[in-house]
Amino acid sequence: MHNEHSDTHFQSRIDNGEHIESKDYMPEGYRKHLIRQISQHAHSEVIGMQPEGNWITRAPSLRAKQILLAKIQDEGGHGLYLYSAAETLGISRVELIENLQSGKAKYSSIFNYPALNWADIGAIGWLVDGAAIVNQVSLQRTSYGPYSRAMVRICKEESFHQRQGYEIMTKMMRGTKDQQAMAQDAMNRWWWPSLMMFGPHDTDSPHSSDAVKWKIKRETNDELRQKFIDKTIPQAELIGLIIPDNNFSLDEKTGHYKISPINWDEFYRVIAGHGPCNKQRVDHHIKFHEEGAWIREAAVAYKQKHVKKELETA
Amino acid sequence: MATDTQLDLWEVFIQSKSGLPYIHAGSIHASDNKMAIQNARDIYTRRGEGTSIWVLPSKHIVASNPDDNDMLFDPSNDKVYRHPTFYVMPEGAKNI
Repeated sequence: MHNEHSDTHFQSRIDNGEHIESKDYMPEGYRKHLIRQISQHAHSEVIGMQPEGNWITRAPSLRAKQILLAKIQDEGGHGLYLYSAAETLGISRVELIENLQSGKAKYSSIFNYPALNWADIGAIGWLVDGAAIVNQVSLQRTSYGPYSRAMVRICKEESFHQRQGYEIMTKMMRGTKDQQAMAQDAMNRWWWPSLMMFGPHDTDSPHSSDAVKWKIKRETNDELRQKFIDKTIPQAELIGLIIPDNNFSLDEKTGHYKISPINWDEFYRVIAGHGPCNKQRVDHHIKFHEEGAWIREAAVAYKQKHVKKELETA
Repeated sequence: MATDTQLDLWEVFIQSKSGLPYIHAGSIHASDNKMAIQNARDIYTRRGEGTSIWVLPSKHIVASNPDDNDMLFDPSNDKVYRHPTFYVMPEGAKNI
């Protein structure tokens, strides 16, 4: 049966459109790629709670506050689905969290930008979650079973996130001049970072080719980015927001929008840790993780007490 | 400082409607039965996904070995008499 353990057999399973499950044979590169991608995705969900959490106490109405709380609770849940999926590959939650806190593992660099005012909450939901959805819809068909199932669940929940963001932007664009200016300002700051969320161009993407061969990624960075651009520009125009790009145009033949070149220097600067909030995000995570240690200890003590009781009465 | 722990791993099964099978939803971490149910509820059923939850420690699941798939899941196509279409019914037989 050693044929089953060969990389060729693995690749033929992938080519046949089969899903790979945690106990199945997989090349080490496949496992490593998945751990990196899924954990980065999980960390993004969890770190992504911070820029929004910052606005819970300042939400402009009770309705807005309830919505924001529910959305942030979802992000935490998404992080947990994804950590569970990563754990099926043989890495522990402790290691995953250590890698986040030491900086060894990355999270989406978009969360290193601050949410300066309420319009940013709209822009994050509409643009950042919107970009994430395009990526996640594609990942529902990823070849690794546990990751694919987590994505299906997440996609069901994400569309509320994007719609609540677009609703905020719409309301502000129908509001006073000041509110319109705030919405436009948020648009100006979040548009380009959202486009960068899809990662470098296919020609410059170090991990893309294996990921496509193994069907971890079903579409390339540039294909996904184009989908997002084509969906989002008409949504912006509908509510009167201006795209912060002097040279974008619609190619009538292909139906695709063309945009100006992306400033990748900024992208690499933020990834390298020089974004506005990198240090703050990780410090915050460490602080609350450490402050919560007593809860985990208490839970273990409680369990041990009950195990002891069961043994005594048995 | 005590060793940090992420508690035990549990598997979560959800029944979406009474009478339907329990389907695996994913995993959670918890220290005991009560926390396991609570965490499963919070993580997997925020939008009416289920009416009932099962949780069990992952270490208690015994799984088949994928290497044995050929042997375990041989469709036994040589045993065609296992299928109802194998049998010849007399002309005119109804409701069978």
